[in-house]
Amino acid sequence: MNFGDFVRRCHRAGKLVVQPRMGMSSPARMRAGLLATKNANATTVGTITLDSFTRNGDLASVERALRDGVGLNGYPIVHYDPDVTRAMLDGVMAADFPVQVRHGSARPLPIMKALAAAGLHATEGGPVSYCLPYGRTPLAESVRNWAACCAVLRDSVEGEPHVETFGGCMMGQLCPPSQLVALSVLEAMFFYQHGMRSISVSYAQQTSVAQDLEALAALRRLCAQLLPHARWHVVVYAYMGLYPRTPAGAMTLLGKAAELAVRSGSERLIVKTVAEAHRIPTIEENVSALEHAAAVAGGTVAHAPAREPDGGQVYAEAYTLVEAVLNCGSDIGAALSTAFRRGLLDVPYCVHPDNAGRTRSFIDTDGRLQWADIGSLPLSGVVGRRRSRSVTAADLMEALSHIQRVFDAEALEQANRRAL
Amino acid sequence: MSLLPGKAAGRTDIARCRRGPVIVSSVASDAHTWNLVYLQLVIEELGYEVVNLGPCVPDDLLVQECRARLPAMVVISSVNGHGYQEGLRVVQRLRACPELRGIPMVIGGKLGITGGESSGHIDDLLSAGFDAVFDDGTAGIASFRRLLTALSPPEPMLEVAS
Ligand code: B12
Repeated sequence: MNFGDFVRRCHRAGKLVVQPRMGMSSPARMRAGLLATKNANATTVGTITLDSFTRNGDLASVERALRDGVGLNGYPIVHYDPDVTRAMLDGVMAADFPVQVRHGSARPLPIMKALAAAGLHATEGGPVSYCLPYGRTPLAESVRNWAACCAVLRDSVEGEPHVETFGGCMMGQLCPPSQLVALSVLEAMFFYQHGMRSISVSYAQQTSVAQDLEALAALRRLCAQLLPHARWHVVVYAYMGLYPRTPAGAMTLLGKAAELAVRSGSERLIVKTVAEAHRIPTIEENVSALEHAAAVAGGTVAHAPAREPDGGQVYAEAYTLVEAVLNCGSDIGAALSTAFRRGLLDVPYCVHPDNAGRTRSFIDTDGRLQWADIGSLPLSGVVGRRRSRSVTAADLMEALSHIQRVFDAEALEQANRRAL
Repeated sequence: MSLLPGKAAGRTDIARCRRGPVIVSSVASDAHTWNLVYLQLVIEELGYEVVNLGPCVPDDLLVQECRARLPAMVVISSVNGHGYQEGLRVVQRLRACPELRGIPMVIGGKLGITGGESSGHIDDLLSAGFDAVFDDGTAGIASFRRLLTALSPPEPMLEVAS
């Protein structure tokens, strides 16, 4: 069954689908990881996360690492013969256990060909979100590559392809929710324009639950308006920035992500583990994270009335950004390139040469992630004026580590209280 | 903040400067940039000009930039877990250039995928040509600051009157 259809079916049955971000160097370990995911006490789908040599097309370094026994940070799908990957998946991937390939490449053609050849049909990415945060490939080239990838997915996967936008994550942290929502919707429209019909749109948990609920409401509202004919669902990522170091802090934050997913009516959640702040997680750590998220989700009531059911301020900003990009032209890929060139989209702290780099963000006293400087974003009528100041190393670290500090402090406090 | 500098300083400029900039760079496979942006600020606050080469820097580009700029220090940062393998490779290329032999070079971040490199791996990096290795840990930044401060007394980036 198609990845998206499976997730939507689980949602109708009242289950949140939980998914790890998991990738191992060897087929045997990768298979063990997928099996453990499948057998976890949760409604799961599988993940094959690719290593970063493969993401950059550096197959020689993959070979050297495997020869020297140096661990890779993911599964090198292009290096292995398609039959090796098929055998790795045999008896694991099934109608009730679809598997997605996650990679972060702006030059993903070899990856798309490899996944199609291995019988996989679900992946993730986008011309912007797999480019600006992932290296130095020019945006215009990434747009071309992702258009070509959609053609490969359309023409060569077995069954119907599924793609997820990564636009709801941009840089992992400190990008205000409205721009995450706008990018996720725009990348979904790009995919639709290139023939994809089974799509998921992402959004990563940020710094404020109330704002995140608004953002997810805004995302659903915009998708309903702009993708009326696609079969889509929403995937929430557990916090994608500096993660709490303490196991208790890490698990509490993950639990909040699971609550967010259920309360917002989202269909799928990608988890993070207690190892996140430190190293690549083990299979066991992934399983614990999946089971914890599923347990919290099971105890959460869906659709608790959001304070801003229409998406509130996040919707107003995201709508304005999307509209400005669509006004740049009817070809969404070209419009995205133009919008970045004009600074109509501009991701804070992203140093990619095609990002204007004039916007800044800050976390306000309520914990909401706000614009400190809108650069040339078309938001002057939508957000209040603020005076931005230059950021020191300590300021930046304070903003980056806000969530880490809050959740680690809470975990340590609780441990102290128990010790008394 | 400059990513991918527009023009490389010519030789004579460098000769007339009291000291070169600090080059901050990722390695070829590593896309993370928050580490680079943060390090740039830390180093600038110690009075240095920084050339931030950004993420996924091919070996050739790093070598070329170092030769053109003769930096006061080369700071390599990698957190994706491939830093050991890639650091070993690229530092040998840098040290093979005669004009770069005496330049301080350090590497730091999350260099392997298991959380803390073995002392064997750290020794490998040191003997391959790094002057210091800061493998994960918050203490790293403090001792890195001390190293950079000790390198030379803070001086304004002015030309030497000749
Ligand atoms: C944000 C993030 C991302 C963003 C990055 C966006 C961007 N352009 O920067 C996105 C989502 C794109 C991303 C992608 C990936 N990521 Co990532 N990412 C993170 C995360 C969550 C936070 C990193 C961060 O923002 N740090 C903020 C900076 C300021 O701190 P820092 O990087 O930790 O650096 C500190 C120290 O290490 C030290 N330091 C660093 N360098 C140097 C150098 C010197 C000289 C010195 C003295 C000190 C020093 O100083 C800094 C301040 O204390 C971390 C996990 C975490 N820490 O919570 C994972 C993490 C770094 N990512 C990881 C991985 C593996 C990846 C991917 C390969 C995907 C995957 N398999 O999961 C891809 C990378 C693709 C590629 N080509 O490299 C792993 C690395 C595993 C390991 N080393 O064992 C981590 C640890 C997550 C995990 N546990 O799996 N990531």
